[in-house]
Amino acid sequence: MVGIITYGVYIPRYRIKVEEIAKVWGANASDITGGLGVFEKSVPDLDEDTATIAVEAARNALLRRNIDPVKIGAVYVGSESHPYAVKPTACTVGEAIGSTPRMMAADFEFACKAGTAGIQTCMGLAKSNMIEYGFAIGSDVAQGAPSDALEYTAAAGGAAFLIGRQDPIARINHTCSFTTDTPDFWRREGQDYPRHGGRFTGDPGYFKHVEGASRLMLEELGKSAKDYDYAVFHQPNAKFPQKVAKTLGFSIDQIKPGLVVPRLGNTYSGSCMIGLAATLDIAKAGDRIFVCSFGSGAGSDAFDISVTDVIESADFNRASAPSVEFLLKNPVYIQYAQYAKHKGKIVMQE
Amino acid sequence: MSVARFWRKIPQRYNLIGTVCKTCGRHFFPPRSFCPDCRRSGEIVEYKFKGTGTVVTHTIIRTASDQFEDLTPYALAIIKLDEGPRITAQIVCTPEDVKIGMRVKGTFRRIAADGASGVIYYGTKYVPDE
Ligand SMILES: [Zn+2]
Repeated sequence: MVGIITYGVYIPRYRIKVEEIAKVWGANASDITGGLGVFEKSVPDLDEDTATIAVEAARNALLRRNIDPVKIGAVYVGSESHPYAVKPTACTVGEAIGSTPRMMAADFEFACKAGTAGIQTCMGLAKSNMIEYGFAIGSDVAQGAPSDALEYTAAAGGAAFLIGRQDPIARINHTCSFTTDTPDFWRREGQDYPRHGGRFTGDPGYFKHVEGASRLMLEELGKSAKDYDYAVFHQPNAKFPQKVAKTLGFSIDQIKPGLVVPRLGNTYSGSCMIGLAATLDIAKAGDRIFVCSFGSGAGSDAFDISVTDVIESADFNRASAPSVEFLLKNPVYIQYAQYAKHKGKIVMQE
Repeated sequence: MSVARFWRKIPQRYNLIGTVCKTCGRHFFPPRSFCPDCRRSGEIVEYKFKGTGTVVTHTIIRTASDQFEDLTPYALAIIKLDEGPRITAQIVCTPEDVKIGMRVKGTFRRIAADGASGVIYYGTKYVPDE
């Protein structure tokens, strides 16, 4: 049975508070934090980008389990902020974990769900015996235009999931997707910042697709919300996942361990995957986890996951890589001026 | 630095691939293909360093060349890797926090880039190992 062999997360150390960004634009901070449920967001260091975050997440995954990197036959990195327009991040990751040259590799792009699309691709390759292991990574240093609503949440971070057949810590019982052509959010080639349809993005974007994929999954498996111990939804803010969870019949207790957005912001391709990692950080053998990502443009990938006893066995050591909670603790807060420099928002003389 | 020169050193820069002399156990980074102690009886093989070490001495760089100007002020240190060799590398943290004897570990970072359209060079820097 195909499943998760190991997983790892990386979150940069820096944070900026929503009120610090609001101050610059003369906005009311409590209105914004109240509306989004987000209080601060992660900011990459000057020398961190999607590739460095992806490498650190993958290396953290490999700290938890003794895997020969040569047996990793595929690396897929999902992001909307790949460092190059042309030259794959996946090659840098493959080299940095020692899996080159005998490996398949490609970069994926599907707004915030490119990483979960990578999980599905690796599942297919592993299931058909084309690879022994495959890395699916979601990593982003998300960009929001100055003063745009997205600037309050666009964050940096990533998660790596190694997919394979042999002794998974969590079986992936089923996956399905719900996809339509919906222009709710986009970025044209050569543009620095994405654009979005404002209020339009909620109903025909996020809710339609997350509910669509989630209901498909529950129908195909004949399950309902009460059959799960935990649920993780894409979290562009704290309000959307709580609302969609309620609609689908999931409780706050079920989504709480994976709801990382209030202290992290929206890590785009990393968002739902870091939420799943935070849930796996505390999960016990036998737990069942419901996962549904969302990517604008638009689509959702749903997963039904059962945690196995391997997670508590000697083959797997959760404590040998940092937990999501550890990575969220002890941040270094920065002011807007430093943040602008970190994010390359200051135009320098050539 | 030329693109080709960087590319040839990717194993060293990404994964700290050096060498070890199997005869006397001495480690080399950057890699050497000849052991100065054992000379002709030395047997050199490839070795992947653990990436952990201790700060021997350090300084704060406040004025850097164009490529590193964005990063100032930053800490540059001589680090004694646990296997023995000493290397010079940047420590990513508040520069004043770096102390002699501090334990550090490798982290994957962007080292430099050839302007806005050139190649991005990645490699290993160090962070405090708490
Ligand atoms: Zn020797």
